[in-house]
Amino acid sequence: MRAPALWQHGRPSQVCLLSVTALCTGCAGMQSALHPAGPQATHISHLWWLMFWVCTGVFVLVIGFLLYAVFYPRQQNQPVTTPETERRTARVVVAAVVITGLVLFALLVADFRTNRALAALSTSQPLKIKVTGHQWWWEVQYEASIPSQIVTTANELHLPTGQPVLLELTSQDVIHSFWVPNLHGKKDLIPGYVTTLWLQADQPGVFRGQCAEFCGHQHAYMAFLVIAEPPDVFSAWLEAQRSPAVAPGDALQQRGQEVFLSAACVLCHTIRGTPAGAKAAPDLTHLASRQTLAAGTLYNTPGHLAGWIVDAQQLKPGNKMPPNSLTGSNLQALLAYLTNLK
Amino acid sequence: MDWAHRIVVAVCTVVLGLALAACEREERRFREMPSGVSPSNVRLSEIQPGLAVTTPPTTSPYENNAYAISEGKRLYTQFNCVGCHANGGGGMGPPLMDDKWIYGSAPANVFATIVEGRPNGMPAFGGKLAHDQVWQLVAYVRSLSGLVQQNATSARDDHMQATAPGMAQPQEHPMSTKAEHPQ
Repeated sequence: MRAPALWQHGRPSQVCLLSVTALCTGCAGMQSALHPAGPQATHISHLWWLMFWVCTGVFVLVIGFLLYAVFYPRQQNQPVTTPETERRTARVVVAAVVITGLVLFALLVADFRTNRALAALSTSQPLKIKVTGHQWWWEVQYEASIPSQIVTTANELHLPTGQPVLLELTSQDVIHSFWVPNLHGKKDLIPGYVTTLWLQADQPGVFRGQCAEFCGHQHAYMAFLVIAEPPDVFSAWLEAQRSPAVAPGDALQQRGQEVFLSAACVLCHTIRGTPAGAKAAPDLTHLASRQTLAAGTLYNTPGHLAGWIVDAQQLKPGNKMPPNSLTGSNLQALLAYLTNLK
Repeated sequence: MDWAHRIVVAVCTVVLGLALAACEREERRFREMPSGVSPSNVRLSEIQPGLAVTTPPTTSPYENNAYAISEGKRLYTQFNCVGCHANGGGGMGPPLMDDKWIYGSAPANVFATIVEGRPNGMPAFGGKLAHDQVWQLVAYVRSLSGLVQQNATSARDDHMQATAPGMAQPQEHPMSTKAEHPQ
């Protein structure tokens, strides 16, 4: 009821302004370079604001001079150029060129300083995380010196706050690009080559990341979450992820596990602690601990999971998950098993 | 004269338009419903008693579909067909790029071989693969020995598999020559 009343009594421009403001506040936080959550993004946003205000100043000046030239009353019958006006014009042009050069040089210096600041973040014993891009999901691997302690998960990057983390980025198929605007700029993932990126999150929070290099049909739905946690919470999470999958708790879950192991799932997915060990698709060992499904496309709820299993092509056309025809009771058993994989 | 000119232009436009419409090369079918299409008339032998019975061959839905063939290639690597058949040249399993087909080269035969498995090492993938994935594999396996249209087999993969370039491989240090040429 309020919106029509506003539309009737207020002017449309007011309504537009209100809705734009509402939109902007709605965007706040989760995926925005203007809400930096780490030192790298803070440097980048300082540079951004500097460029914004300098460009705003230049824009206002240029438009001001233009309007002055358009509306300046010129006396009739006066010659357009005289030697004196030509000298004045030359002086103005030279001054404008010098000022432009100085402004551009100042921006160059600021850019150079930002780049140096971005490169300065490092530490001798960093937490190393290997991120591999696939069409269209992210594989995240926490490296460890003992092979059995290596943790593989998907589409969710957990970080301890307040310490630099080294990401080793590569791709399995085509070029992807890793971009978490709240933490850093973009970095490409190139097949057959490892690029590195230093990240640091200062405050706990959840940030959305996105593939920033067109990589095929579902590029737009190739997202992930970065979850920054205090170091003790992070260590507890990592410890939990190291353990194999929980065993089925009841008869229904037991049957669900049998369905998983006897259906097409095992050809692509891994569940540590079971015979399923394929590497073509996300590791499902701790599926229920993740917040999203299908690379940030869906919230991780049993309903979404069921829809994804039965007909993933309806939700993300062209993705690599084939449709699976399961009977209702088998599907329910499978869901009971998978939603228990905390 | 002017009318004749216009008619020629109009006819040319229509013909070119029709020709362009015929340029569609393939259809990318992402959402093949899980169907029961499985061949039932698979024969593993050419010889038979009595009159030769000709049954219509089961046609593969993806025989000349470039996208399906490239998907088949991806699955061929992903499901580790490479492990035994290599990239068609064979290894532990028979080669697939030659003209010898132990269990038949027709699409239905290759389908049955994948789904049912074969003695001496070929696993049965029935129940573990969606039907359309099997058909994609069939199309790719047949393309290895040139049994599908040449223009459907792409020179470029839809899904490039990343392998480290030569310079990224670890450098090998051969043993000293003394060990290789004992006196």
